[in-house]
Amino acid sequence: MGELRAFAALGAAQWRSATSYRASFLVEMLGNAGATVFDVLTVLVLFQATPEVGGFRLREAMLIVGLSAAGFALADLTVGNVDRLKTYVRAGTLDAVLVRPLPALPQLLLMDLPVRKLLRVLFGFTVLGLAVAANPIDWTPGRVLLMVITPIAAAVFFGSIFVVSASLAFWWVDSGEIGAAFTYGGRDFTSYPISVYGSWFRNVFAYGLGFGFVAYQPALALLGRADPLGLPAWAGFLSPLVALCAAAIAAGVWRTGIRHYRSTGS
Amino acid sequence: MIRMQDLKKDFTVRIKAGRLRRKKRTVAAVDGVSLTIDRGEMVGYIGPNGAGKSTTLKMLTGVLTPSSGEVSVCGLAPVPQRTKLALRIGVVFGQRSQLWWDLPLRESFELLRHIYRVPPADHAARLKRCRALLDLDDFLDTPVRQLSLGQRMRGELTAALLHGPEVLFLDEPTIGLDVVSKQAVRSFLAELGATGDVTLVLTTHDLADIERLCERLVVIDHGRVVHDGSIDALHARYGSRRSLVADLEQPLPPDFALPGAVLTAVTANGHRVTFALESTTAAAAVAALVAAVPVRDLSLLEPDIEDVVARLYTARDGDPPPTGTV
Repeated sequence: MGELRAFAALGAAQWRSATSYRASFLVEMLGNAGATVFDVLTVLVLFQATPEVGGFRLREAMLIVGLSAAGFALADLTVGNVDRLKTYVRAGTLDAVLVRPLPALPQLLLMDLPVRKLLRVLFGFTVLGLAVAANPIDWTPGRVLLMVITPIAAAVFFGSIFVVSASLAFWWVDSGEIGAAFTYGGRDFTSYPISVYGSWFRNVFAYGLGFGFVAYQPALALLGRADPLGLPAWAGFLSPLVALCAAAIAAGVWRTGIRHYRSTGS
Repeated sequence: MIRMQDLKKDFTVRIKAGRLRRKKRTVAAVDGVSLTIDRGEMVGYIGPNGAGKSTTLKMLTGVLTPSSGEVSVCGLAPVPQRTKLALRIGVVFGQRSQLWWDLPLRESFELLRHIYRVPPADHAARLKRCRALLDLDDFLDTPVRQLSLGQRMRGELTAALLHGPEVLFLDEPTIGLDVVSKQAVRSFLAELGATGDVTLVLTTHDLADIERLCERLVVIDHGRVVHDGSIDALHARYGSRRSLVADLEQPLPPDFALPGAVLTAVTANGHRVTFALESTTAAAAVAALVAAVPVRDLSLLEPDIEDVVARLYTARDGDPPPTGTV
């Protein structure tokens, strides 16, 4: 309880700091939204060339890209900041965070309020909403639940990947943009029906690393379509489980990483 | 309050060896430090650059995980119980701000009240005391980024004390400050230490900090403790003595000897003499000197701690420092 209020106070303070530099605010926000728009545009352009990709029509593919974009934008808004960890590790700023009586990860996330990423979330959910409207979905209680849970599970999943890739900085200060390969690469992977990928690549990423359960499997379950790759219908409902597994792994990696923190000479 | 038992911290350093190959080498930043610090003690922790001072402090505050050995602060294990410990200690890193860059000091302090969950009345009382002792009122509403280093350091000290910590760790609190700010920080810390409630551990390169504040001095070098005791004990151990400098009306008689003191220098055509006092008091030496020759002026010099410590740092290669009771 006390901790929550402490975090609320931290967040409010960050908001006041951010608004003291108001000028660049809008520009950043629009620039940020642009990135997500292009991802969706890519899918649209692809379907201009061919009516079907991997056995899916445009409106079905839009549901997949919508789920992925909404989840990713939500994760990027809440946890995306963690990729600044490498800066803090290099500068030793993390020391100040570690001597405060609060868990380190939420403190780090609150060191910069990414309000500029709000538009992305809005856009992601708009695409998702349009895709849901465009598809004839047979709404059952299970599917309603799945509709609500999937973007959240996707956000947890992407958030975990953000945390794991940022944690690389604890071991390897020069990790640079390697982490981004997994976060943004993962988002791009989940934007398409996984049936378009080659089989070993798909096995590793979709099933091994769990990216297939972020948007593709839940979309199938929502549409009531059989999986052309043969997984049963309930596989779509595995997404929260996969997300929780990812979160547990991320928490473990983070905790181990913090103990490897070397700080810098003073 | 603080216990360290054979505490070690190794860092792995990669060194370039050829175009792509890297050699791994393990460097012990802290190499088996054992210390016990009691409640209310004020301990100066000094050593040359890279001796392991900051690394020790970071292990005590839970920032770094020790490679081996045991450590406890306030009865807690720093790394596993980091957030719990943080409520009971205060930390000031001289070169790293704890404050919010874009916010006025007043708001930073208010924020800390929430973070440390301090009851408003306690917070107000402590802040009032710090405002009075550290003269904060002039810049309490200035954003931290616009403060001078001296002002910021006073802010940092306040920030570290608002939750009433039992132990205060200060890593080079006077670094880069001007003389007046240094004095302000020192007298504030002296006052704080005089209450006896707060245990204080500070690292510094400015030995005047130590002389002013700390009864106990721990010297660390190459990750090992080379001295632990009072400043007097350090002088006694390294044979540093007070000296008596006298300006004379006429040179000393050639057969003159001062009992218990050694003539170390004769300058200004024999008109200025320096004696190192070994087994006599200053009063006895002055009396004996004045009885022998007319004296124009006298001064008594305390041994210079800088010299002693410099000798300590340079003596490290080769012979180990003398052991004995300290």
